[in-house]
Amino acid sequence: MTIPENVLFALIGGGMIGLSAVLLMFFLGRIMGVSGIAAQSLSMNPQPWRIGFLLGLILVSYGIFHLGLPIPDAPNSSSWLVALAGLIVGFGTRLGSGCTSGHGVCGMSRLSSRSIWATITFMSFGVLTVFLLKTLGGHQ
Amino acid sequence: MKSFVIALVCGTLFGAGLHISGMSDTAKVIGFLDITGQWDPSLAFVMGSALLITTIGYRLILAKEKPIFASVFALPGASYLDRKLLIGSALFGIGWGMVGYCPGPALASILFGYTETVLFVASMFGGFILHRLIFK
Repeated sequence: MTIPENVLFALIGGGMIGLSAVLLMFFLGRIMGVSGIAAQSLSMNPQPWRIGFLLGLILVSYGIFHLGLPIPDAPNSSSWLVALAGLIVGFGTRLGSGCTSGHGVCGMSRLSSRSIWATITFMSFGVLTVFLLKTLGGHQ
Repeated sequence: MKSFVIALVCGTLFGAGLHISGMSDTAKVIGFLDITGQWDPSLAFVMGSALLITTIGYRLILAKEKPIFASVFALPGASYLDRKLLIGSALFGIGWGMVGYCPGPALASILFGYTETVLFVASMFGGFILHRLIFK
Protein backbone atom coordinates (compact mmCIF):
# COMPACT_ATOMS: atom_id res chain seq x y z
CA MET A 1 0.00 0.00 0.00
CA THR A 2 1.35 3.43 -0.89
CA ILE A 3 0.23 6.65 0.73
CA PRO A 4 -0.69 9.39 -1.79
CA GLU A 5 1.82 12.23 -1.80
CA ASN A 6 -0.60 14.93 -0.65
CA VAL A 7 -1.68 12.80 2.31
CA LEU A 8 1.95 12.14 3.22
CA PHE A 9 2.73 15.88 3.17
CA ALA A 10 -0.42 16.54 5.20
CA LEU A 11 0.70 14.01 7.82
CA ILE A 12 4.26 15.37 8.02
CA GLY A 13 3.15 19.02 8.10
CA GLY A 14 0.46 18.23 10.66
CA GLY A 15 3.05 16.47 12.81
CA MET A 16 5.25 19.58 12.73
CA ILE A 17 2.27 21.73 13.74
CA GLY A 18 1.54 19.36 16.63
CA LEU A 19 5.18 19.27 17.67
CA SER A 20 5.47 23.06 17.81
CA ALA A 21 2.34 23.20 20.03
CA VAL A 22 3.83 20.54 22.30
CA LEU A 23 7.18 22.34 22.57
CA LEU A 24 5.50 25.65 23.38
CA MET A 25 3.55 23.97 26.20
CA PHE A 26 6.54 21.99 27.47
CA PHE A 27 8.92 24.96 27.71
CA LEU A 28 6.68 27.98 28.20
CA GLY A 29 3.34 26.52 29.36
CA ARG A 30 1.51 28.33 26.58
CA ILE A 31 -1.29 27.37 24.21
CA MET A 32 -0.30 27.81 20.57
CA GLY A 33 -3.22 29.94 19.43
CA VAL A 34 -2.18 32.17 16.57
CA SER A 35 -5.08 34.65 16.65
CA GLY A 36 -4.54 35.24 20.37
CA ILE A 37 -0.77 35.54 20.02
CA ALA A 38 -1.12 37.99 17.13
CA ALA A 39 -3.86 40.10 18.74
CA GLN A 40 -2.13 40.30 22.12
CA SER A 41 1.16 41.33 20.59
CA LEU A 42 -0.64 44.56 19.65
CA SER A 43 0.23 46.16 22.94
CA MET A 44 2.54 48.83 24.35
CA ASN A 45 4.85 46.20 25.84
CA PRO A 46 4.02 42.80 24.36
CA GLN A 47 5.44 39.66 25.93
CA PRO A 48 8.67 38.63 24.19
CA TRP A 49 7.51 35.06 23.47
CA ARG A 50 4.57 36.33 21.43
CA ILE A 51 6.83 38.52 19.33
CA GLY A 52 9.28 35.63 18.91
CA PHE A 53 6.54 33.28 17.73
CA LEU A 54 5.15 35.80 15.23
CA LEU A 55 8.61 36.61 13.96
CA GLY A 56 9.34 32.92 13.36
CA LEU A 57 6.03 32.49 11.58
CA ILE A 58 6.60 35.49 9.34
CA LEU A 59 10.24 34.70 8.60
CA VAL A 60 9.23 31.28 7.25
CA SER A 61 7.69 32.99 4.23
CA TYR A 62 10.88 35.01 3.74
CA GLY A 63 13.00 31.86 3.94
CA ILE A 64 10.85 29.82 1.57
CA PHE A 65 10.63 32.67 -0.92
CA HIS A 66 14.39 33.31 -0.95
CA LEU A 67 15.36 29.64 -1.06
CA GLY A 68 13.31 29.41 -4.24
CA LEU A 69 11.05 26.68 -2.84
CA PRO A 70 7.65 26.29 -4.49
CA ILE A 71 5.01 28.61 -3.04
CA PRO A 72 1.23 28.37 -3.41
CA ASP A 73 -0.61 30.79 -5.69
CA ALA A 74 -2.05 34.01 -4.32
CA PRO A 75 -5.65 33.82 -3.09
CA ASN A 76 -7.98 33.79 -6.05
CA SER A 77 -10.48 36.30 -4.69
CA SER A 78 -11.22 39.96 -5.40
CA SER A 79 -9.56 42.58 -3.18
CA TRP A 80 -12.77 43.64 -1.47
CA LEU A 81 -13.56 40.03 -0.61
CA VAL A 82 -10.04 39.54 0.78
CA ALA A 83 -10.29 42.72 2.88
CA LEU A 84 -13.74 41.80 4.19
CA ALA A 85 -12.66 38.23 4.96
CA GLY A 86 -9.59 39.45 6.87
CA LEU A 87 -11.73 41.79 8.96
CA ILE A 88 -14.27 39.05 9.73
CA VAL A 89 -11.53 36.54 10.58
CA GLY A 90 -9.80 39.04 12.90
CA PHE A 91 -13.00 40.07 14.67
CA GLY A 92 -14.49 36.57 14.76
CA THR A 93 -11.42 34.85 16.17
CA ARG A 94 -11.26 37.41 19.02
CA LEU A 95 -14.95 37.13 19.78
CA GLY A 96 -14.72 33.33 19.64
CA SER A 97 -11.40 33.28 21.59
CA GLY A 98 -9.46 31.27 19.02
CA CYS A 99 -8.95 29.87 15.55
CA THR A 100 -7.81 26.68 13.87
CA SER A 101 -4.64 26.39 15.95
CA GLY A 102 -5.91 27.36 19.41
CA HIS A 103 -9.33 25.67 19.27
CA GLY A 104 -8.85 23.16 16.44
CA VAL A 105 -5.52 21.69 17.56
CA CYS A 106 -4.68 22.71 21.14
CA GLY A 107 -8.18 22.91 22.64
CA MET A 108 -9.54 19.82 20.92
CA SER A 109 -6.62 17.73 22.15
CA ARG A 110 -7.44 18.82 25.73
CA LEU A 111 -11.05 17.80 25.02
CA SER A 112 -12.22 21.31 25.89
CA SER A 113 -15.94 21.46 25.14
CA ARG A 114 -15.64 25.13 24.13
CA SER A 115 -12.96 24.28 21.59
CA ILE A 116 -14.88 21.30 20.22
CA TRP A 117 -17.98 23.46 19.69
CA ALA A 118 -15.91 26.29 18.22
CA THR A 119 -14.25 23.91 15.76
CA ILE A 120 -17.54 22.32 14.70
CA THR A 121 -18.96 25.83 14.22
CA PHE A 122 -16.16 27.33 12.13
CA MET A 123 -15.83 24.19 10.03
CA SER A 124 -19.56 24.15 9.30
CA PHE A 125 -19.67 27.84 8.44
CA GLY A 126 -16.57 27.46 6.26
CA VAL A 127 -18.24 24.65 4.32
CA LEU A 128 -21.48 26.64 4.04
CA THR A 129 -19.66 29.77 2.84
CA VAL A 130 -17.72 27.90 0.15
CA PHE A 131 -20.97 26.29 -1.01
CA LEU A 132 -22.80 29.62 -1.15
CA LEU A 133 -19.95 31.46 -2.89
CA LYS A 134 -19.65 28.70 -5.45
CA THR A 135 -23.37 28.77 -6.08
CA LEU A 136 -23.33 32.56 -6.38
CA GLY A 137 -20.20 32.55 -8.54
CA GLY A 138 -17.64 33.99 -6.09
CA HIS A 139 -15.39 30.90 -6.26
CA GLN A 140 -15.07 28.98 -9.48
CA MET B 1 15.35 36.03 25.96
CA LYS B 2 15.06 32.27 26.46
CA SER B 3 11.30 32.35 25.90
CA PHE B 4 11.77 34.58 22.86
CA VAL B 5 14.13 32.07 21.22
CA ILE B 6 11.98 29.04 22.05
CA ALA B 7 8.87 30.75 20.68
CA LEU B 8 10.83 31.80 17.57
CA VAL B 9 11.74 28.16 16.94
CA CYS B 10 8.13 27.05 17.56
CA GLY B 11 6.79 29.74 15.21
CA THR B 12 9.22 28.69 12.49
CA LEU B 13 8.41 24.98 12.90
CA PHE B 14 4.69 25.76 12.91
CA GLY B 15 4.96 27.93 9.78
CA ALA B 16 7.00 25.30 7.94
CA GLY B 17 4.41 22.69 8.94
CA LEU B 18 1.62 24.87 7.56
CA HIS B 19 3.37 25.14 4.19
CA ILE B 20 4.39 21.48 3.91
CA SER B 21 0.89 20.32 4.84
CA GLY B 22 -0.82 22.51 2.23
CA MET B 23 -2.69 24.67 4.76
CA SER B 24 -1.26 27.85 3.23
CA ASP B 25 -2.62 27.01 -0.23
CA THR B 26 -5.94 28.86 -0.28
CA ALA B 27 -7.22 26.93 -3.32
CA LYS B 28 -6.53 23.66 -1.49
CA VAL B 29 -8.27 24.89 1.67
CA ILE B 30 -11.33 25.91 -0.35
CA GLY B 31 -11.22 22.46 -2.01
CA PHE B 32 -11.20 20.92 1.47
CA LEU B 33 -14.25 22.93 2.54
CA ASP B 34 -16.01 22.21 -0.76
CA ILE B 35 -17.63 18.96 0.35
CA THR B 36 -20.47 19.21 -2.18
CA GLY B 37 -18.06 19.68 -5.11
CA GLN B 38 -14.70 18.12 -5.94
CA TRP B 39 -13.88 17.51 -2.29
CA ASP B 40 -10.16 17.26 -1.46
CA PRO B 41 -10.13 15.56 1.97
CA SER B 42 -6.32 15.48 2.31
CA LEU B 43 -6.20 18.44 4.73
CA ALA B 44 -8.17 16.39 7.28
CA PHE B 45 -4.93 14.46 7.78
CA VAL B 46 -3.20 17.69 8.88
CA MET B 47 -5.50 18.13 11.83
CA GLY B 48 -5.51 14.39 12.49
CA SER B 49 -1.74 14.20 12.63
CA ALA B 50 -1.39 17.38 14.70
CA LEU B 51 -4.06 16.17 17.14
CA LEU B 52 -2.34 12.83 17.55
CA ILE B 53 0.88 14.55 18.62
CA THR B 54 -0.75 17.16 20.88
CA THR B 55 -3.14 14.70 22.54
CA ILE B 56 -0.27 12.43 23.57
CA GLY B 57 2.20 15.25 24.17
CA TYR B 58 -0.13 17.41 26.28
CA ARG B 59 -1.12 14.40 28.39
CA LEU B 60 2.52 13.76 29.27
CA ILE B 61 3.43 17.43 29.75
CA LEU B 62 0.40 18.50 31.76
CA ALA B 63 1.06 15.67 34.22
CA LYS B 64 4.20 17.57 35.21
CA GLU B 65 4.21 20.22 37.89
CA LYS B 66 5.16 23.12 35.67
CA PRO B 67 6.68 24.04 32.31
CA ILE B 68 10.48 24.24 32.01
CA PHE B 69 10.80 28.03 31.76
CA ALA B 70 7.58 29.30 33.32
CA SER B 71 5.94 28.97 36.73
CA VAL B 72 2.54 27.68 35.55
CA PHE B 73 0.74 26.18 32.57
CA ALA B 74 -1.43 29.02 31.23
CA LEU B 75 -4.57 27.11 30.29
CA PRO B 76 -7.93 28.71 29.51
CA GLY B 77 -10.22 27.96 32.44
CA ALA B 78 -13.62 28.75 30.93
CA SER B 79 -15.77 25.73 30.25
CA TYR B 80 -19.17 27.29 29.54
CA LEU B 81 -20.57 27.73 26.06
CA ASP B 82 -21.76 31.21 25.26
CA ARG B 83 -23.08 33.23 22.38
CA LYS B 84 -19.75 35.00 21.87
CA LEU B 85 -17.90 31.74 21.29
CA LEU B 86 -20.42 30.49 18.76
CA ILE B 87 -21.02 33.77 16.91
CA GLY B 88 -17.29 34.50 16.80
CA SER B 89 -16.48 31.03 15.49
CA ALA B 90 -19.27 31.29 12.89
CA LEU B 91 -17.86 34.62 11.68
CA PHE B 92 -14.38 33.16 11.55
CA GLY B 93 -15.69 30.21 9.50
CA ILE B 94 -17.36 32.59 7.05
CA GLY B 95 -14.15 34.58 6.56
CA TRP B 96 -12.12 31.37 6.25
CA GLY B 97 -14.43 30.05 3.52
CA MET B 98 -14.41 33.37 1.67
CA VAL B 99 -10.67 33.37 0.93
CA GLY B 100 -9.19 30.17 2.36
CA TYR B 101 -6.90 31.82 4.92
CA CYS B 102 -7.03 31.30 8.66
CA PRO B 103 -4.70 33.48 10.79
CA GLY B 104 -1.64 31.17 10.89
CA PRO B 105 -1.28 30.46 7.17
CA ALA B 106 -1.95 34.11 6.29
CA LEU B 107 0.87 35.29 8.59
CA ALA B 108 3.15 32.50 7.37
CA SER B 109 2.63 33.66 3.75
CA ILE B 110 2.97 37.38 4.25
CA LEU B 111 6.42 37.77 2.67
CA PHE B 112 5.58 35.86 -0.52
CA GLY B 113 5.00 39.20 -2.20
CA TYR B 114 1.26 38.86 -2.73
CA THR B 115 -0.78 42.03 -2.14
CA GLU B 116 -3.86 39.91 -1.34
CA THR B 117 -2.05 38.26 1.59
CA VAL B 118 -0.83 41.59 2.97
CA LEU B 119 -4.34 43.01 2.58
CA PHE B 120 -5.81 40.02 4.42
CA VAL B 121 -3.37 40.29 7.34
CA ALA B 122 -3.82 44.08 7.58
CA SER B 123 -7.62 43.74 7.73
CA MET B 124 -7.27 40.86 10.20
CA PHE B 125 -5.37 43.17 12.55
CA GLY B 126 -8.10 45.73 11.85
CA GLY B 127 -10.59 43.11 13.06
CA PHE B 128 -8.56 42.54 16.26
CA ILE B 129 -8.58 46.30 16.93
CA LEU B 130 -12.29 46.60 16.12
CA HIS B 131 -13.02 43.87 18.66
CA ARG B 132 -10.93 45.62 21.28
CA LEU B 133 -12.69 48.96 20.63
CA ILE B 134 -16.13 47.39 20.95
CA PHE B 135 -15.48 45.16 23.96
CA LYS B 136 -13.18 47.31 26.10
